[in-house]
Amino acid sequence: MTEALAAARGGLWREAGRRLAANAATRLALAVLALLALLALIGPLFSPWSFDQLDWQHLALPPGRIAAHWFGTDRLGRDLFVRTLYGVRLSLLISVLASLVSLVIGVAWGAVAGFAGGRTDEWMMRFVDVLYSLPYLFIVIILTTLFRRGSITVLLIAIGAVGWLTTARIVRGQTLALKRREFIEAARALGLSPAGILVHHIAPNLLGPVAVYATLTIPQMIIFESFLSFLGLGVQEPHASLGNLINVGAQEMQSAPWMLLVPATLLVLLLICLNLLGDGLRDALDPHER
Amino acid sequence: MLRYALRRIGGLIPTLLVIISVSFCIVRLAPGGPFDQEQTLSPAVRANLDRLYGLDQPLSAQYGRYLRGLLHGDFGPSLSQRDFTVTELIAQGLPVSVTVGLLAILLALLIGIPAGIGAATWRNRGADHSLTALAALAVALPSFVTGPLFALVFALSLHWLPVAGWERGAPRYLVLPVLTLALPVAAHVARLTRGSLLEVLRSPWIRSARARGLGGARVLWRHALRPALLPAVSYLGPALAYVVTGSLVVETVFGLPGTGRYLVQGAIDRDYPLVMGMIVVYGALLLLFNLLADLLYGWLDPRVRHD
Repeated sequence: MTEALAAARGGLWREAGRRLAANAATRLALAVLALLALLALIGPLFSPWSFDQLDWQHLALPPGRIAAHWFGTDRLGRDLFVRTLYGVRLSLLISVLASLVSLVIGVAWGAVAGFAGGRTDEWMMRFVDVLYSLPYLFIVIILTTLFRRGSITVLLIAIGAVGWLTTARIVRGQTLALKRREFIEAARALGLSPAGILVHHIAPNLLGPVAVYATLTIPQMIIFESFLSFLGLGVQEPHASLGNLINVGAQEMQSAPWMLLVPATLLVLLLICLNLLGDGLRDALDPHER
Repeated sequence: MLRYALRRIGGLIPTLLVIISVSFCIVRLAPGGPFDQEQTLSPAVRANLDRLYGLDQPLSAQYGRYLRGLLHGDFGPSLSQRDFTVTELIAQGLPVSVTVGLLAILLALLIGIPAGIGAATWRNRGADHSLTALAALAVALPSFVTGPLFALVFALSLHWLPVAGWERGAPRYLVLPVLTLALPVAAHVARLTRGSLLEVLRSPWIRSARARGLGGARVLWRHALRPALLPAVSYLGPALAYVVTGSLVVETVFGLPGTGRYLVQGAIDRDYPLVMGMIVVYGALLLLFNLLADLLYGWLDPRVRHD
């Protein structure tokens, strides 16, 4: 029985992988993403500048004018190539970690609610409903109001703390379905405690679908982070995030449009690729959707 | 229909109470107070300030006071803009934000629904593919990218429209903010309309309408359109949430004197009464709008009312 199930699951994933690889848009998106991530990781090493180093000889220099500053500089003479890549790095880092945070909270919340059932379930999910009725970003704004601004940990927790709602709903649904299955019944008959069943039997079975959902939330997390940094509530100067670079660019766009265009282009590229990848992933896992 | 409406309205009040309580608790439990940034205050002055704003009382008393104030439309004093109460700031800003937001939703429907119908009618042809690609792009781009880019292109390069400002709602100043807010919503509406129309057109009653000899246009307008619009209607609630969030950016980018800008500034200044007041007002607005969207849905689809 378990073997047959495992084989069927392996087959499902292999099938999904095959469909994913067959999709040209997804392949392109994946290639561009890999390139961007690599560039963000090692690109700054090839520039003589660091992200907060001032070049007094070249303030607000347009791109391509001199070899040392490929994307130009900002008003303080800081190199935009390095700063933008730092922004990409930070965005990717925060979004992946925030997805993990929301994954952990969502799985714990949803699994406990679904497994406990009854009154507990009702109250826990009602709480999720209420949070749903407020826009995510409002909760993030309240949270960033409370704690020290500019701390990446706070930003991470704040973003992760609101991303878990949908995960919790999905997990609860899955748990409800799982807990009626025979192997849970068997575990109970063998005398395993509810907590033990939750950790050893429910959680591992939830992880697959939920992990896929979590990767789909990454572009959303990038938007959250940049949005907050754009408004001045997220990453603070002198640190660079795509959000605060775009904010500075928007203020300077009359005289120095490249300060807006460089980070905006990279953000757009990042988001489009992630969305294409997400769409491909969803189609691959659930061909019905098409 | 009336009973359905009453039941839905009754459900609003507890939700609103929870929103108020949660935001009150989070805000009051926060480390750091609004007067931390001032020059060092003597303990006597500090105590007086705390007494003036009721910060010396126990939390439960503060909560009761806040709730009583809310019932009278009093959101308390603003801590960062000393000459104004939060109520005054909201009264100043809300008309601006509501005007821009509702215009954006209206524009989004006016663009999105016809685009969705068009894409569904010309399914898998050039027009459909380009509309779908355009919608994917519009959904992916956040407003803090499109807003500045629109300003750069249409105001600074082409000089068609003003870069920023409000000028008591002169239409020229409204175009770019409304467009920025409407674009992603329009794209969502177009996608939803396209998908549901395609589904409806495959359904048995459409087939039987065709079998009775009705032409394509008549089937579309008389039979397919109304059920096909339901997903777009149920998207109205999330759409407003999207527009409200976007308004924080758009009001900052285009310098509009709306409530979104106060919320951002209040968060930066740690102006607790202002932030809470805005959250409560926005929460109430969103709940109300969701209710209206649900009622509209119930009116369009009688099945919903009876479960």
